[in-house]
Amino acid sequence: MKYQTFSRIAIAFVAVALMAGCATKKPGWDYSAYKASKPSSILVLPPVNNSPDITATYSVMSFVTKPLSEAGYYVMPVGMVAQAFKENGLTQPADMHATAPQKLSEIFGADAALYITVTKFGVSYTVVNSETMVQVQGKLVDLKTGATLWQGAAQASSVEGEQQQQGGLGALLITAVIKQVLASTFDDSHRYSGMATDRLLATGVANNGLLYGPRSPNYGKD
Amino acid sequence: MFNKLIRLTTLLALAFTLAACASKTPALYSWQGYQSNLDAYFRASSLSPDAQTQLMEQDLQKIRAAGLAVPPGYHAHLGLLYGEQGDLDKFAQQVALEKSKFPESQTFMDFLTRNFKK
Repeated sequence: MKYQTFSRIAIAFVAVALMAGCATKKPGWDYSAYKASKPSSILVLPPVNNSPDITATYSVMSFVTKPLSEAGYYVMPVGMVAQAFKENGLTQPADMHATAPQKLSEIFGADAALYITVTKFGVSYTVVNSETMVQVQGKLVDLKTGATLWQGAAQASSVEGEQQQQGGLGALLITAVIKQVLASTFDDSHRYSGMATDRLLATGVANNGLLYGPRSPNYGKD
Repeated sequence: MFNKLIRLTTLLALAFTLAACASKTPALYSWQGYQSNLDAYFRASSLSPDAQTQLMEQDLQKIRAAGLAVPPGYHAHLGLLYGEQGDLDKFAQQVALEKSKFPESQTFMDFLTRNFKK
């Protein structure tokens, strides 16, 4: 009998501990403007690229549709968006970003626009290592009011989660050479660009992520 | 016997709680090669517009055969590829599909239809 009582208490404790594990830390971003705005469609402008690699803008642009759509938003077709800007004489992302929100709203009919800046994109080399790193920042703006609804930043790197190297300098140098060859062969930057973009556009209030959109079953629950 | 039951219940409870933590909503759309097709389009060098169109048509068949949802922008992008190859009928067809599946696209699709006719 005593054993059973003990078991029950133990179960209760474990359950509470697990629930606490699920429970999330307090959000740092103030979501009140975002929640009031209730955007259902998002226009992603071709990202401004501050890295030396000219492929960065459209590498990131090719990855934005999936995370935002799966979050429950309608994403303005990215190929057509890029084309529409070009046909209107805008080829530089910085000029596109400078377009008035009212004008964007008029042409695209989107509720919100996502302005992305790529701050790092590509491989950097040191004597004993090489790192492929992509860093992005994003800002979601209400196109009717011009208010900022959300801001975030993310990165993905080839050295994250890497085990501590063993085997001395010789082995390190060999690893570095192999990695440099691999990095240039397999278009690593594009892969990490996808990871960084997915992270930037992840949902979840606990991590200051995006809110779910109306097409998601989780809409309004965050 | 009773203890065994308790143990079993505990295990089940644990499993359920953990499953609740890990639960991910199933994907809303079937993506196939859409993102790499977008990448090919932006790079402009890797695949001809005709080859891109065929890949997207093949994927579309797969998505439809599986009874899954076509992602936002898919029909519009396919329409763009047809339009750039001069097939304005198929451009209009795909744009109409995008509009009917995603009414959020209406303003932009109408803008494109007005501007693509020249």
